[in-house]
Amino acid sequence: MDIVVCIKQVPETTEVKIDPQTKTLVREGIPGIVNPFDMYAIEEGLRLKERYGGKVKVLTMGPPQAEDALREALAMGADEAVLLSDKALAGSDTLATSYALSMAVRKLGYDLVICGKQAVDGDTAQVGPEMAEHLGVPFVAWVRKVEEVSDGKIKVQRLMDDGYEVLEMPLPALITVVKEINEPRLPSLRGKMRARKAQIPVWTVEDIGADPSRVGLEGSPTQVVRVFTPERRAGGEILQGEPEEVADKLVEKLEAMGVI
Amino acid sequence: MPNYFLTEEQMMIRDLARQIAEEKVKPVRAELDEKEEFPWEIVRILAQADLFRVWVPEEYGGLGGGTLELCLATEELSRACAGVAVTYAGSALGGTPILLFGNEEQKEKYLPPLASGEKLAAFALTEPDAGSDAAAISTTAEKVEGGYVLNGTKQWITNGGEAEIYVVIAMTDKTKGARGASAFIVEKGWEGFGFGKKERKMGIRASATRELIFQDCFVPKENLLGREGMGFIVAMRTFDRTRPGIGAQSVGIAQGALDEALAYAHQRHQFGRPISSFQAIQHMLADMATQIEAARALVYYAARLIDSGEKDISKISAMAKLFASDVAMRVTTDAVQIFGGYGYMREYPVEKMMRDAKITQIYEGTNQIMRNIIAGELIKELASRR
Ligand SMILES: Cc1cc2nc3c(=O)[nH]c(=O)nc-3n(C[C@H](O)[C@H](O)[C@H](O)COP(=O)(O)OP(=O)(O)OC[C@H]3O[C@@H](n4cnc5c(N)ncnc54)[C@H](O)[C@@H]3O)c2cc1C
Repeated sequence: MDIVVCIKQVPETTEVKIDPQTKTLVREGIPGIVNPFDMYAIEEGLRLKERYGGKVKVLTMGPPQAEDALREALAMGADEAVLLSDKALAGSDTLATSYALSMAVRKLGYDLVICGKQAVDGDTAQVGPEMAEHLGVPFVAWVRKVEEVSDGKIKVQRLMDDGYEVLEMPLPALITVVKEINEPRLPSLRGKMRARKAQIPVWTVEDIGADPSRVGLEGSPTQVVRVFTPERRAGGEILQGEPEEVADKLVEKLEAMGVI
Repeated sequence: MPNYFLTEEQMMIRDLARQIAEEKVKPVRAELDEKEEFPWEIVRILAQADLFRVWVPEEYGGLGGGTLELCLATEELSRACAGVAVTYAGSALGGTPILLFGNEEQKEKYLPPLASGEKLAAFALTEPDAGSDAAAISTTAEKVEGGYVLNGTKQWITNGGEAEIYVVIAMTDKTKGARGASAFIVEKGWEGFGFGKKERKMGIRASATRELIFQDCFVPKENLLGREGMGFIVAMRTFDRTRPGIGAQSVGIAQGALDEALAYAHQRHQFGRPISSFQAIQHMLADMATQIEAARALVYYAARLIDSGEKDISKISAMAKLFASDVAMRVTTDAVQIFGGYGYMREYPVEKMMRDAKITQIYEGTNQIMRNIIAGELIKELASRR
């Protein structure tokens, strides 16, 4: 089974600050780490490989230094890594990013794509599902367990607010994973040494055969209208007393507010 | 911290051991200590991280490092928990005589599973009536058709009961005294080889310290290590190489105690200010840090000298163990002092560090014996110059 794990390098969350003027993340001088949710994706890829054989290929789109994130995945045991990096990709929103990644995933070849449920810098949780749409394959987001892969199908548990659902879909497919799914392994020394020496190919927009008008700023319809700190909601009121009394008071208040 | 001109690979070993110590060992150390529980889960994590491979040559599945690499990993693990660290280093202690004196078959058979961490090793010399006076051992190895038969009891063996591979020193010829001992590789599960009581200790309580009992245990002649009569040479050469490891353990314990004491001194307020503003506390911290750095420098130097192939290593190796372990004892005692009453409580980690530090002055030769060795070498050097 060929597994592609898509990862993102993000600023170390504990050190992130928000610019009070622009309301965006201050990224300068903050060390980069692998997006924590992507660590679970890498681990799940490695575990599925150990269970069913195949290869784990990691992919990231980002600036040249995002290579560090790929080396970390290689140190954990990933077989191959590719960096998708091109000035033309700068300014991509989730639509353009997921399109570009999907083109690279196609080029890599895959049975299963695994992503973290979201990146902790943008927090959109959109890129995984959008990628599945671009690829035209089924997906399940918020996977907390892969039960089984057999007969060209994958059976997973999707985390819900009040429990989980068991879903099955045909491969090729895409899943995004939550932290309940596993405990990421530490790298090994041999893995680190291998990772240090590995040649990581860098792919451009042209290499993946992407339509230049669909990537970068040009390919990004998302417009950020305003970024603001939401106002704190005033604290609620707690009614106390016997149940009947409280119920009467509540009805009274709701009527006064014109709610009922 | 100075980087001691470490290579990129050595830093990788140090950093990975530190990461495991921080993320996997620290959260469980108090519980392991309290329950006196052998840290199998951490052993598996260390194995998966390839840390058991660092001192083993590449041809036997290792990473081709030496004493310094082993010291770096041991130091970092000790910084979090010396009980875990001695379990790790104890396996290298059991493997070292095989590396130094094993023939090709023995090395091919026993080193790869130690390198992978699939099996642990132990080294068994001490007996109830033979501690510092190792030549007084009474375990015997009687020569028989095809091998030897072992009888006797070994005491306080680190990794005893948990390890699969044991290097055991026994008398093949009592009439020859110290020249009558031999070293054997014995496997767990062999008939006539059992385990006695597991000790309840003051410190390093996650580690296993146990009796080995030999009752007519047959050991095939292929498992004689080196030649007959070389038992004490095997033991002494082994200790010469592993004593800096006890030094590294000591440096790690002391560093862990300083880290805790410094953070605490900064946060604890008395008389309206942090106790770190009192010169008495500052000077204690300064002395602790200085002693640790001196101990580390000596331990790394001894390790490097050994790795350079130098033959004359008894003195420097004993010095590294002696100095660093005395530093560990002083520094951990001062750390408890800086914590005051809280330091005496089990809720805080420094009392455990003080208990753990004590053993470093005792095992692999007491510090009195270290001084005997150092003085003996000094006098020998003087005599040879005359
Ligand atoms: C937790 C633990 C783990 C151990 N692990 C192992 C192991 O894995 N394998 C193994 O073989 N052994 C092991 N040992 C044994 C250890 O190496 C011995 O305890 C040590 O060598 C000292 O021997 P002893 O305890 O019998 O003390 P003794 O030799 O009885 O010494 C008692 C005191 O007398 C002093 N003394 C003795 N002789 C002299 C002298 N000539 N000059 C000056 N002072 C002297 C000593 O320094 C000490 O202070 C372990 C011990 C412990 C406690």
